[in-house]
Amino acid sequence: MSSVIPYLLGGVALWVLGLHALLLQPSALRRIMAVNVMGSGVFMVMVALGSRNSPIDPVLQALVVTGLVVAASATAFALRLATAGPYEEPDEQDDSAQGRP
Amino acid sequence: MPIEVAFDAVLVLLLLGLAGTALHVRRLYTAVLLFVIFGLLLAITWARLGAVDLALAEAAIGAGLIGVMLLTALARSGAEPAMRSGRLGVAVSSVLAVLVTALLALAVLPLAERTVDLPELVSAQMTNSGVSHPVTAVLLNFRGWDTLLELVVLLLAFLGVRQLGPAGGSLPAAWPLLDAWSRLLAPLSIMLAGYLLWRGSAAPGGAFQAGAVLAAGAVMLHLAGLLPRIGWSNWQVRVLMLAGIAVFALVAAGTHWLGAGWLNYPLSWSKALIVLVEIAATCSIATTLTLLVIGEREQPTP
Repeated sequence: MSSVIPYLLGGVALWVLGLHALLLQPSALRRIMAVNVMGSGVFMVMVALGSRNSPIDPVLQALVVTGLVVAASATAFALRLATAGPYEEPDEQDDSAQGRP
Repeated sequence: MPIEVAFDAVLVLLLLGLAGTALHVRRLYTAVLLFVIFGLLLAITWARLGAVDLALAEAAIGAGLIGVMLLTALARSGAEPAMRSGRLGVAVSSVLAVLVTALLALAVLPLAERTVDLPELVSAQMTNSGVSHPVTAVLLNFRGWDTLLELVVLLLAFLGVRQLGPAGGSLPAAWPLLDAWSRLLAPLSIMLAGYLLWRGSAAPGGAFQAGAVLAAGAVMLHLAGLLPRIGWSNWQVRVLMLAGIAVFALVAAGTHWLGAGWLNYPLSWSKALIVLVEIAATCSIATTLTLLVIGEREQPTP
């Protein structure tokens, strides 16, 4: 692998870009996207550090694969929270849901 | 060599430009679309850096599933509030951002020269792992704990979403082309997931990638209105969702009581145990991701 320096700097810049938008943007959806961009920056630094030696460091790569799934589940939860309406009593008909008519 | 440097520089600048535009462009819809493109470019970046496993996972999860989730949330959310900070605030924060970037770059750059001995340790232990692909060996054998807890995190996220109740909102009628395509692509996604799962022991691929591809196929069927109503109330869904954690925990407990220690597979069994855990984890990841994305108890199109 040639040089990892552009990716190290790019990862740092992505993290700061995300933090900046997280602090400035008022909309919940954009803030969630900003946190995701920050996460991508961290992943990029980690993968770039992993590819210093070739073949790429499997430990860092496995960590980032795990992190990606965790980030996706956190994003799903955050998006659901962001679009949650006022609390309502659940209805009682959910036990009969078995296949589509 | 200069061409490679130019490629790296263009890729990084494109990523930064896409991220910056996605976070600050006026229309939220444009922002979401740019964010999806950002995810796809990120997958190319991982492939460029040699992390093929990661590129596969990012293309399916980061670009595909998160894109669907963002678009769904966009349809449910109201108008965006206007930016509060004035011109002075933007200027001050931009200066601060440049300073923080410089500080972090100074901290990170020396790491580029340093080397670690972890990869050598992994390659020295590969013969004891039961599989021949180092990333799978790390995920399922050396650092099995991480993967087990990750399945727990996925389940927790689903339970959290479930606590908030059904999301409401209904799908628009499916477009004929989407209907035809999803009928064609869904069986292909099952085949691809099976291939990724099976190849995972020897080449890039594995439970996460296979689960994400399966989930993408299911989400597409849902968007075309072809997926039956599924949810936590179906016992089959519950079994599929808990299978990964249950099998993994049973294997861990079994190796603890009968073998050498917690998640310390006996050498002759390790390949079979890893494949077993991977199959169960694929089912769990696919089901949980699908339900996280499409939401529970949503009314399908009539």
